[in-house]
Amino acid sequence: MTGGRAGYDDVVVTTPVTVPYVRYSMRGAHWFLARALTGLLKQSGLGKDRIDGLCVSSFTLTPDSAVGLTQHLGMTLRWLDHIPMGGACGVVALRRAARAVQSGDATAVACIAGDTNHTDSFRLNLGTFSQFARDAVYPYGSGGPNASFAFITDYYMRKYGAKREDFGKLCVAQRANALKFPYALMKKPLTLEEYLNARVIAEPLRLYDCVMPCAGAEAFLVLRRGDAEKLDQPYARLLATIERHNAFPDDPIQYRSGWALDCDELYAQAGVGPRDINVVAAYDDYPVINVMQLEDLGFCNKGESPDFVRRHSFTAEGSFPFNTSGGQLSVGQAGAAGGFLGLVEIIRQITGQTIGAAVTKARFGLASGFGMINYDRGLCSGAVILATRQQ
Amino acid sequence: MTRPLTRPPRKNPILRTRVPNLPPGSRSRVTLGLTAAAARGRLELQTCRDCGTVQYPPREACRVCLSQRLEWKVQNGTGELLSETTLHHSNELFYRERLPWRLGMVRLDCGPVVVAHLHGDCVRPPSRVCIHANIDRAGQAALVAMPEKDTPNMADDRQLREMTCDPKFRKVLITDAKSPVGQSLVEAIVKAGADLVWAGYAEPWKKPPGFERLSSLPQVSLVPLDLTDSRAVKNLAGEIGGRVDILINTADHHRNYGINAREGIEVARAEMDINYFGLLRLAQEFAPAMRARGADGQSSAVAWVNLLSIFALSNFPPHGTYSASKAAALSLAQCLRAEFAPAGVRVINVFPGPIDDEWNQALPPPQIAPSRVAAEILEALRGGAEDVFPGDVAEDWMARWRDNPKVLERELAAMR
Amino acid sequence: MSNAVLSQLVTDLAAGRIHVVDLTQTLSPDFPQIVLPPEMGQAWPFRIEETSRYDARGPGWYWNNFSCSEHTGTHFDAPIHWISGRHLPDNSTDTIPARSFIAPACVIDCSREAATDADFLLTVAFLRQWERRHGRIPAGSWILMRTDWSKRTDPVAYQNLDETGQHTPGPGTEAVKFLVDERQVLGFGSEAIGTDAGQAFHLKPPYPCHYYMHGSGRFGLQCLTNLDLLPPTGAVVIAAPLKIKDGSGSPLRVLALVPSPDTIAQANERGKKKSTRKRNVVRKKR
Repeated sequence: MTGGRAGYDDVVVTTPVTVPYVRYSMRGAHWFLARALTGLLKQSGLGKDRIDGLCVSSFTLTPDSAVGLTQHLGMTLRWLDHIPMGGACGVVALRRAARAVQSGDATAVACIAGDTNHTDSFRLNLGTFSQFARDAVYPYGSGGPNASFAFITDYYMRKYGAKREDFGKLCVAQRANALKFPYALMKKPLTLEEYLNARVIAEPLRLYDCVMPCAGAEAFLVLRRGDAEKLDQPYARLLATIERHNAFPDDPIQYRSGWALDCDELYAQAGVGPRDINVVAAYDDYPVINVMQLEDLGFCNKGESPDFVRRHSFTAEGSFPFNTSGGQLSVGQAGAAGGFLGLVEIIRQITGQTIGAAVTKARFGLASGFGMINYDRGLCSGAVILATRQQ
Repeated sequence: MTRPLTRPPRKNPILRTRVPNLPPGSRSRVTLGLTAAAARGRLELQTCRDCGTVQYPPREACRVCLSQRLEWKVQNGTGELLSETTLHHSNELFYRERLPWRLGMVRLDCGPVVVAHLHGDCVRPPSRVCIHANIDRAGQAALVAMPEKDTPNMADDRQLREMTCDPKFRKVLITDAKSPVGQSLVEAIVKAGADLVWAGYAEPWKKPPGFERLSSLPQVSLVPLDLTDSRAVKNLAGEIGGRVDILINTADHHRNYGINAREGIEVARAEMDINYFGLLRLAQEFAPAMRARGADGQSSAVAWVNLLSIFALSNFPPHGTYSASKAAALSLAQCLRAEFAPAGVRVINVFPGPIDDEWNQALPPPQIAPSRVAAEILEALRGGAEDVFPGDVAEDWMARWRDNPKVLERELAAMR
Repeated sequence: MSNAVLSQLVTDLAAGRIHVVDLTQTLSPDFPQIVLPPEMGQAWPFRIEETSRYDARGPGWYWNNFSCSEHTGTHFDAPIHWISGRHLPDNSTDTIPARSFIAPACVIDCSREAATDADFLLTVAFLRQWERRHGRIPAGSWILMRTDWSKRTDPVAYQNLDETGQHTPGPGTEAVKFLVDERQVLGFGSEAIGTDAGQAFHLKPPYPCHYYMHGSGRFGLQCLTNLDLLPPTGAVVIAAPLKIKDGSGSPLRVLALVPSPDTIAQANERGKKKSTRKRNVVRKKR
């Protein structure tokens, strides 16, 4: 289904902020989110009282949600949303905030995502992740999403003949990107050899197929272009967005998701095609999801990403710049901030505010989100296409 | 190919005993329906009465038509293994201690896709498997994918043994080995590969036919045990309690009186003293050590079996005081189940209909043979059930009780 | 006069010239209990439940609750226990006159016979033969049938049950009638689990010892021990049941006062010397 959807007029995205990641912290999520907000205000020059909209994503903010944060941080708002969609939360937050600013319901929306990480917070979070996970997955022992993604990976590899080397190539490239990114927690180069021979986690997944949970936060602002220019903030134009939940429910195992249903609409709304995209950030909780996004977002046909991967290079200076800050696999996954990480990096690339490896002449960038393994598959999918201020 | 189990080496006495951990045991209320069916050895899934869709995971409304008329129905569990993984890492203590652990994703022929434990003899996907629902160590239903056809030594699969209470290479106490059921059980448990069977007996001066023969079995050790004598129970627990892996309480005092059929409380008191207080004494003395040994290696403490009666569910007035004593025992057994839960020891309650013995002589057939009761107990130990209803009468009365307990009460009252 | 006897008794006890022999089995859950057919009401075996033992249930003390039948362990049978004695006056443990609880005892040694025949029945002939050796059985005596059955410490051997029932020694019908009608004894005591023989159901009438003893207001004692430490005559038995309202019997402590062996030897010596002096005196007179 395409067409008929309104564009985004002069809604723009500015002010990419990252609160440095740490492996463990004794602070609560409120601390990281407050730091993210502070970063937005400092970088943009806006006063706190000028922010009249807030979009929050966090797993460890409980028992608070976005509402609690307003009083905690002393904010009076006209618009508030809480996005519990895991790796899709960045894309979805941008979609929500953009319509609010476009319609005038708010003028400056801060989108923030962040989580703390204690030594046992991963295991504690899992018990309350979702009803289906609690009833039908965690009793079987994974103690996390590893088993679910191992199933998906095993199935994909058998169905399409993908090899571990294909996944490894992406991971190695992302590590190379990460080595230039100051906030990446992984600081050592990764060879294909090391990737292939690493410790088994859940066959066929090994150590470097899995993200490292950590604490941190990411954020950006959504404004009207006029306000961004008044603040002298470099901005990216919002060309198109898509969002889908529980796509293809009758697929016995997930090998595609909502982008496959909506990607034509995405490009139609943006007025560009896959070949026009200069830099891509995919949600990379596991390499198999990376390739799923490449296929479903039209960069190659379904099942052909092994060949696509073999033909391309994925560093910032390569033939297909991909997860140029390193992705979660090399930077770390700061809970919900993982859903913002790729989008924030695309904002940096498109607005020329990179802090790591830069893609030259990046005019169009695509950030994709995926998340919420409710039972056996990620339910949320989404993507945005951003463009530089000039056409 | 599952390697046959071998007798474990003797335990090193200076090493600390591993304390029991459990798989995650929290479930939504609607998912407990799966557990309730697994308790009876069945795989049941919700089926929409309006559109027929079979649901999994369990839920509050049909995922196709939103109907809330969802009914738990038995499924045969056949399906296709789509994908598999083997965990080499887990954040869950229970699994962490038992790695590597094989899991599979199975599409059931009846529709849903399930995550399941994967038996070692299941062939790599794509392949055909059969899903069973077993009560796991947390006392909740766990889906287990078994090979489509039986394989040699299938029961010895390391993962499957974590979901069963197999007597092989284990030590078993049968509290009353003199009764017909007790004698059958001793033979059956020995045949099932138990290392040692303590055959309990009270009142040694009463020798029923067949009992002497048991002592000739090399695995059998006769032990005096009178469940009405607290000190005797305590003493026996002091001697053997730390070695009992499976305790089967067969002690049963059964007379055929209602309330006014016989004056005085003496018969009823004897029924309570053995059937209810006997269980209480046993549990107080034997349960603590079994709890401590819930994860004690290959021959860990795994099960406590209570021989109750179908009369425990609803009073059978011709055996009215006996029924009441069995109802009391059932309630206490439920308490025992809860107290054993943190240790992963399964409490199995057995509810036979009238057993073909002297005290049921006046009841019309069908009656159940003592050997059949023993066989079904063994099946429950080797499988994943915790509530067993051996025989046609038991199945029938159980179905009536579930359908409407009040109606059953009337039907039983009419059987005077 | 009685004062002197009592103070002599006290002195002799202290000096060890009179021994106290305990004829009682220890009350414990291990002691066998009489077996009746399953359809009958059963006598409870001795059972004991700890109340506290210097612990949280009672930090400074140890005590128990116990339960048993009136007829558990070493016990006393009152006339009301049997149908034949149910209408007699003063027939329960609380109404039997207390003076009945102290009485002389005649110990009839059947140990050799019981060793070879578990169903040995005491006969009138056997009693008359005993009287020829030890003198006539005095009225108001306990008749204690020594069989050494109490030495059977294995409960299975003590019960001695087989497919035809229990096999323990006891008195025959005629012997009981003789003791009641001809000798007016106080009661009958046994080392076995019942005063009647194990197979007494098949005698006429069934259980003649219970029937005739209790039917004539007499008593029974069961599960006695140490009868082999008593002289055939001369022991004084103290057997006082618990004062249970309408009680049919009770477990009790049965004690026997007996002269010490030295005292017996001395008495024999004195007896001999007396008769020697007598003869000498007679000779001198001539």
